[in-house]
Formats: sequence, C-alpha cells, structure tokens
Amino acid sequence: MDRPLILAAFIFALLLALPLLLPLFGAAYLTGLIIKAMLLAIAAISLDLLIGHGGMVSLGHAAFVGVGAYAAAIGLESGIEDILVLLLITLAVTGLVALVTGTLALRTSGVYLLMITLAFGQMIYFTLTSLAAYGGDDGLTLWNLATLFGSDVVQNGAGLYYVVLGTLLMVWWFVHRLSRARFGRVLRAARDNPQRAEVMGFAVKRYQLAAYVIAALIAGVSGLLTVQYAEFVSPALATWQRSGDLIVVVVLGGLASRNGAILGAFFIVIVEEVLGSFLHEWRLIYGPLLVLMVLFAKGGLSDLFAPRGTRRSAH
Amino acid sequence: MSMTLFLILCLNGVQYGMLLFLIAAGLTLVFGVMGFINLAHGVQYMVGAYLAFFFVQLTGSFFLAVVLSLGAALIIGLLLEYFIFRHLYTRTHLDQVLATFGIIIFLNELAKVLFGPATLSLSPPELLSGSIQLTETLRYPVYRLVTIFIGLAVAVGLFFAVSYTRVGMLIRAGATTPEMVSALGVNIQQLFMIVFGVGAMLAGFAGVIAAPIFAVEPGMGDNILIVAFVVIIIGGVGSIGGAFVAALLVGLIDTLGRSLATMVLSAVFNPSFASQIGPALASMLIYILMAAILVFRPKGLLPAKGANA
Amino acid sequence: MKHHLRNSIATLAMFSAMGSTALAEDIKIGMIVTLSGPPAALGQQIVDGFQLALDQKDGKLGGQSIELIVEDDELKPDVALLKATSLVERDGVDIVVGTVFSNMLQAIFKPIVQSETFLISPNAGPSTFAGRNCNPYFFAVSYQNNQNAEISGLVANEEGYENVFMMVPNYQAGRDNIEGFKQTFNGTVTDEVLTPLGHQDFSAELARMSTSGSDAAYIFMPGGMGVRLVKQFDNAGLSESMKFLSVFTTDETTLPGQKDAAVGMLSAGTWAPDMPNDANQAFVSAFEAKYDYVPGSYAMQAFETANLIDSAIAKTGGDMSDKDALRGAIKAAEFTSVRGNFAFNNNHYPIQDFHMTKVVKRDDGKFHTSFVRTIATDYADSFAQDCKM
Repeated sequence: MDRPLILAAFIFALLLALPLLLPLFGAAYLTGLIIKAMLLAIAAISLDLLIGHGGMVSLGHAAFVGVGAYAAAIGLESGIEDILVLLLITLAVTGLVALVTGTLALRTSGVYLLMITLAFGQMIYFTLTSLAAYGGDDGLTLWNLATLFGSDVVQNGAGLYYVVLGTLLMVWWFVHRLSRARFGRVLRAARDNPQRAEVMGFAVKRYQLAAYVIAALIAGVSGLLTVQYAEFVSPALATWQRSGDLIVVVVLGGLASRNGAILGAFFIVIVEEVLGSFLHEWRLIYGPLLVLMVLFAKGGLSDLFAPRGTRRSAH
Repeated sequence: MSMTLFLILCLNGVQYGMLLFLIAAGLTLVFGVMGFINLAHGVQYMVGAYLAFFFVQLTGSFFLAVVLSLGAALIIGLLLEYFIFRHLYTRTHLDQVLATFGIIIFLNELAKVLFGPATLSLSPPELLSGSIQLTETLRYPVYRLVTIFIGLAVAVGLFFAVSYTRVGMLIRAGATTPEMVSALGVNIQQLFMIVFGVGAMLAGFAGVIAAPIFAVEPGMGDNILIVAFVVIIIGGVGSIGGAFVAALLVGLIDTLGRSLATMVLSAVFNPSFASQIGPALASMLIYILMAAILVFRPKGLLPAKGANA
Repeated sequence: MKHHLRNSIATLAMFSAMGSTALAEDIKIGMIVTLSGPPAALGQQIVDGFQLALDQKDGKLGGQSIELIVEDDELKPDVALLKATSLVERDGVDIVVGTVFSNMLQAIFKPIVQSETFLISPNAGPSTFAGRNCNPYFFAVSYQNNQNAEISGLVANEEGYENVFMMVPNYQAGRDNIEGFKQTFNGTVTDEVLTPLGHQDFSAELARMSTSGSDAAYIFMPGGMGVRLVKQFDNAGLSESMKFLSVFTTDETTLPGQKDAAVGMLSAGTWAPDMPNDANQAFVSAFEAKYDYVPGSYAMQAFETANLIDSAIAKTGGDMSDKDALRGAIKAAEFTSVRGNFAFNNNHYPIQDFHMTKVVKRDDGKFHTSFVRTIATDYADSFAQDCKM
C-alpha cells in the first residue's frame, strides 16, 4: 500500500469513529461542523479533478453546487421526496448545464478558462437570484426533506453524517480510480503538453469535457446533500467567492491529491472555528496565514505528510 | 424614454468606464507584462478610498489628500511588491491567486478594524461640488464630469508613456519576450517594480476619486476587481488601448443595461415577469459579452502584440 | 463561538473563549446578528441595545442570571445555520434572539423552532413566517416587513403625492416593499426600479427619476446603499424638485454618513428617538450616555426584546422548561414599550402604532429621525389571518 492510501485509510477511519468519539468529550455539536467540512471536501475533490489532473482552473465551480442544490430543492417543492429520484434530477440538470457551458468554455484554456468559467458561474448565480417563486435572493426554507424509500435516514442526525461520509468515500474512490486509469493519464498528458497528447491520437477536448462534466456532477451531488443538511437553499451557494474558496481549499491541500482536498477543507473549517473563537477579527491572522502557506509550504498540506524526496508528486 | 435621459445614461456609462479604466490599466500591465494574477489589485482601490478619507480628516483639504493618498498608495504597493509579490513571479498562477487572496482578506479586515464596519462617506471638494443644469429638472454634478476628464488625461498619458518612453518600450518588450529584455542587461526586477508601483497607484487613485461618488466601506474592491478582470479580458491582456476601449464598453453596457433591460423586456413579456428577470439579465450582460469574446475572439478586442499571458 | 459574554454576577463582563462553565441556574440566551461587513453597524446596535437592558437589570432578566452568547452570522446563510445549531446543541440555549436580515432568519428558522427553542426576532420580520408558516416558537418584536411600506403609502396619500417613483433593491424585502406601498397608495406609480443589492452608482436611476414627471420618490435602500443614494440624490439637485419618502434608508445607522443631505427627508416607522414618552426618553439618554451614538430602531427593538424576555421570565418565575407557560408569558407582552402601544397578534407579530418621521439635525450636530405625527394606531399585518394559531 502506498502512502496516500494509508493516509486516506486513516482519515476515513477517524471520520467513521468521530460520531462515537465526540460525545465522550461532550462535543457532539461538532458533527454539524464536520458535515460542513465533508460537503466542502466533496466539492473540492471534484474541482481538484479539473485543476490538479486537468490543469483546468475553474472560477465557477460553486455554481454547480448551487445548480445541484436548487434542482433538488425545486424537486422537493414539487412534491418529489425520494432521494434517489432527486439524485437523478440533480445529475441530469447539473450534467446538462455542465455539458453546455463546458463545450463553450473549453474552447479556451489557462487564465481565459478561469475567466469564462467565472462568466458562466455569474450567469448561473444571477439566474438563481431571479427565481422569485423559490425565494429569490433570500433563499428558501425547505419544510419537507428527502427520504430514502420513505425512511428519514438521509435527514439530519447520525444518518445524514454517514450518508455524507459514504458519499465522500465513494467520490474519493471514484476519482482515485479515474485518475489512475487511462482517463487520468490522458488528462495529465494534456495538462502538461496538449499538443503532444493530441499528436498521440487522443481527442483531448473530449477527455477534458468529460472531466468537466464529471466534476460538475460530483459538485451537484454535494449540492443535493447540502440541501439535506441545511434544510435551506440560497443563491449564496453559487457566488464567485464560494468558487474562490474551493480553489483555496484545493491549492492549500495540494494539487492532484484527494487527501489534500479533504485536509484543505478541514483545515479551513477548523481554522475558522478555532481562530474565530479566540478573536472576532480572526481574518487578520487567516489572511497572512494563507500568504505564508504559499511562500513556505509549496506543495500544500498533503505534501507535509509525504516522505522527503517525493514531494510535489502529481498522483 | 427621452433623448436627455439617454444622454445622461451615456455620460454615466462613460464616467463608470473611466473609473474601470484606471483600475484595469494597472491590472492589465501587471498581468500582461509579468504574467502575474494580482487579485489584491481591487483591494488597492479600497485602500485608496480609505487613504483619501483618512487624509481629508487629517488635513481638511481634498486636493492635499489626493496627493498624499497617491504617495501612500504607491508606497503600500511597493511594500507589497517587495515583501510578497516579488517572491511569487516565478510561481504558478494558483499560488499567486492564493497569496493575493490572503492579502484581500487581511486588508478588508484591517480596514474594518481601523475605520469600523459602517459605510463612510466623503464630500467632493468645495470647488467641484456644484452641478451643471442639464435638463429642467436635473443637474449633472461637476465632480462627475471632472472624473471623466481625469480618466481621459490618464489614458492619454499612459498611452504616450507606453508608446514613446524607454520604460514604455521595455514594458512592451517585456510583455513579449522577458528573457530577451533581461538578456539585454535591463534590470527586469526594477522594471517589474515600476510597473507594479504605477499599477497600485492608479488603482488607489481610482479609489480616491470614487470615494466622494460612491461610499467607502470594507470589501468595496472585491466586486470591482471582477469587473476589472472582465475589462482586461475583453480588451486583450496587456493592452492599454484594449483596456480603455473595453472599460468604456463595459461601463456603457452595464449602465444602459440596468436601465433598459427591464424596459425592453416589458415590451415583450408581462411587466411583473420583466421586472423579475430584468435586473438579473442586466447584471449578466457584461459576463455574456466576455464569454462571447472568449469564444469568438479569445485574444480580446485589441490584443497587445505577442502578449504572453 | 465569538463573544462569549457572561452576565452572571460572579463573572460579570468576563471574556471567555471556550466551554460552558456558567452556573447551573443561569438562563442562556443566544444571539445571532450580523457583525461583519458594512451591515455590522446594524448588528452592533442590536447587541448594544440588548446589553443596555441587561446592564440596567444587573445582568438579570426576570430576576434570573443571564448568560448571553453573541454570534456573528457574517451575512452568510451557511454560517448562520452552523451558529444556530451550535447554540441549540452545544450551548443548550433557552432562547435565541436573531436576526438582522430576513434571509438569515430563513436560514436559522427551522433548526431552532424544531428543537422547541424560542426564536425572537429583534428586527427581521418577513411575511414568510407571518401567515401559513407562523410558528408557536417564533416571535417578532419589530414589525412585519410589509407594514412600513403600507404606512408609507398612507403617508404619500396624506402628503398629497400624486405621481410616485419607486426604487428598491432586487430581493425579497425590496419586492415586499413595492407590494406594500402599492396596496395603500391611491396615486399613480410612475415607475418601479429594482437595483442589484449593494448598488453603487445611482446616477442612471436618478436620471430616470428626474425625467419621470414624479413629484415624489418612495425608496427602500438600507445601509450603505442608502448612504450613497441620498448623497447622490442631493448632489444631482433633486432634493429641490422632489420629495423623498423612504423606509430604513435615512435612519440612525445611515445618518452619520448622509449628514445634511438627508435633512427634511420623510420616513414611516414605529418609533423615533424623540418619541414623547418617559420610558423612551430614559432609554435614549441612557443609551447615548453609554455608547455615545444615537440609537436607531435596531437598538430600540433589541432593548424591547430584552425587556420582553424580562417580563416573561418574571411571569413564569424562571421556569424555562414549561414551554407553554413561557409562550403565554411572552405573548402577553407585559412590559413597558418605549413605542407606546404594543401587543402580539395571533401570528406573534406586533400590533402597534405607526408614525411619520422626519430627519432633523440636533443642536449638538448629530442627526436623528424626529416624530412628526401618528399615521395608524394598533396596526396589524395582513398575513395574520392565514395563521392558524
């Protein structure tokens, strides 16, 4: 077994045990915080597929979380309560939106891709704010939540925790397999040298579009779960600042590293909670901390766990 | 809609465009010449506005405050360059994004701690506080007209500086082939520092002149930064001329769109539907324009020759 | 957990970051308000207003020691939600006081009321929870969002405005304001303009306003938007040709920025700092002595919230476990309101008087809104009939 797998096994074992451990320290209330971090991690892993493996930096990725959340919320409002049906709706809607925007966006690359994804993200955001029937800017409180075959196991409480954890594990495993398969190798080849990958006979754009859509689908699923957790949706899910936060999580954690995305997500959520508890102006510390991380911890958090000599590996 | 109203909207659009140009000019040079993504450029706009507020309180004179603010904005820009940005030029764009994002978070919070969270306001200088009668019922503030002329003057000045001075020539050369420029024995580090300092000062200047029109508050630079990025992409990265044209275009489209979108839509749809989606559509217009430019003319309207970003 | 203010006598004014070591008999009150970004000024007024009432009673409400836990929602729904659940689950608060903004209230509403914790709003009063979705665990001490707009329509009628130009930000409260105004206004609405939230440059809107042939403008532009708009309105010379009637646009939080530009502008509201009753004058002078700024309606409503809780706890004798008794005690609203008449309707929103106010400059150079005349007495909102409580 290699190091990333050991680290991942450790992370997931810890997450599995936490709901049992926390009450021992009288800290059961922290489960909400951990669910939030796991939801962030799911979206970050999907963005890392784009950035880390594909070299495609999107500044509109949170929009897919928003689309997924709204697809689920509108489904719920229309009386659909089975989570599997809602999942299908979420996947269909986010997939379609991603296919259309991705086809256009991937005509560009590099910084231009960053800007065009920002543009699409903003369009999606403003569209969500104009849905007056579903609360407009204020968002919508969801009085009915999704069920699994009529059971409320996928609603708040321990059930939801394990559903989110299970999803995180599946997403981790799926992206892990994907990145080790030919798909991942082609993506990385295209990232490092698009011409050569093209010459080698790969339809590079198709691979990139597929990665874009897959990443959006995963982000959409995190949106669906966000609805179950927050019992509320609002366009705030889809702002460009949220997309920026996701990039911060990915870069902070270390590129092309699923463990990094999880560590980055937990780092940010925990730093905010801990610093915030000591100092209301915690951002005075957080901002410089980010700068220092960039200047001195080049490979991101996941590299801190890697043995010397193998740092900045891209797998 | 009356003709006067249309003219006023155009005037407003031009004025907003000039403000955008002051911010975008520095951004496009830093981006085009150094290939450096500086998200903290918007926060320098905010710093300029707070400096103006601070110096007006201190000296009581708006014009003195402008001079002092420009100096202070330049110094703050150079300090940031020396301590942070200099170490990021060779790093990936993502590292630059993360570090400059950290600077935004810090300075926004610092402004709040130093000046309080509430919106502050600044009066235009006595000399420019009058207004000109445009219609029977509406006067147009002199201060706004002045900002248009200041923007034009800066644009002309920058254009000549980039086209005809030695530094300008180096900047253009640096944008195309930085290795060549440094091989010729030019101190590229120093060149970057100049470009960066001027960029920071222009953004600060935009903040100073915006302070009396809008209001001064923490985070005021965040959204205008995004619009400035839209401007430089539409104009063509590294191109001063492009930034100027695109800034005017974005200023006009945004201003006209906000007023006209609902009006145009209500001609087609029923009014309540139009007023529901009109504002959202108006907010989207500049992004639709940028996406269209990126798809059909990826190098922008007036690309800098051989820009490397 | 942000400010963790303990007000039990032993630990008066002590700052602590972690843990919950309060005395067993302390009643815990959580507060969720916006303390980040420009709207932080509103949240701060609420904290100050509540704290003033608490200090006047030696850190006790209804004779019981109170532990007040203040949280910042950062104007982000996900943060608000997390703070709400941790107040309920971690701290086990008995009452949550919040929020400033309706969208934050939406985000925290469900987890709090479902845990059977009382939620009392010191400001936000959306229609969402006033009608069909009214809730036994929710009270609004402020008003219902539409009411101020409805009263503004009446003011416009009384002042003889015939053609009114309306402008609001494009979000739920903005649209509620348009609907509310149109409900009562008898004249002609020349135009309805919805601007984006946080709008900076109003010159285009002002140009439309000036060519619309209106004799008055009805405005809802809270916070920084209001500061910018009023200054630009004045700069454009419109204050001479048009009347400016607004709600939450020229109040004690925005006047320090607007200054002379706002003098003479009219508003509709439930209160002004110079309302002529003893309780109010005592409140305003105590507030200014302590915090050195003029309280706005946010501070007043928070002060009233604390006094309401005081009266309720006194009535139940400090028993927080009998929810029905506590609810009855809150609903009775047996406290001296600085607004004068105050009672709760069946939907737990207030029935109260509404007035016309006007911005004036005080002798000491500070600005405030001043009571002009009462427009409606014992005014209730129109959603209450849909509420089955």
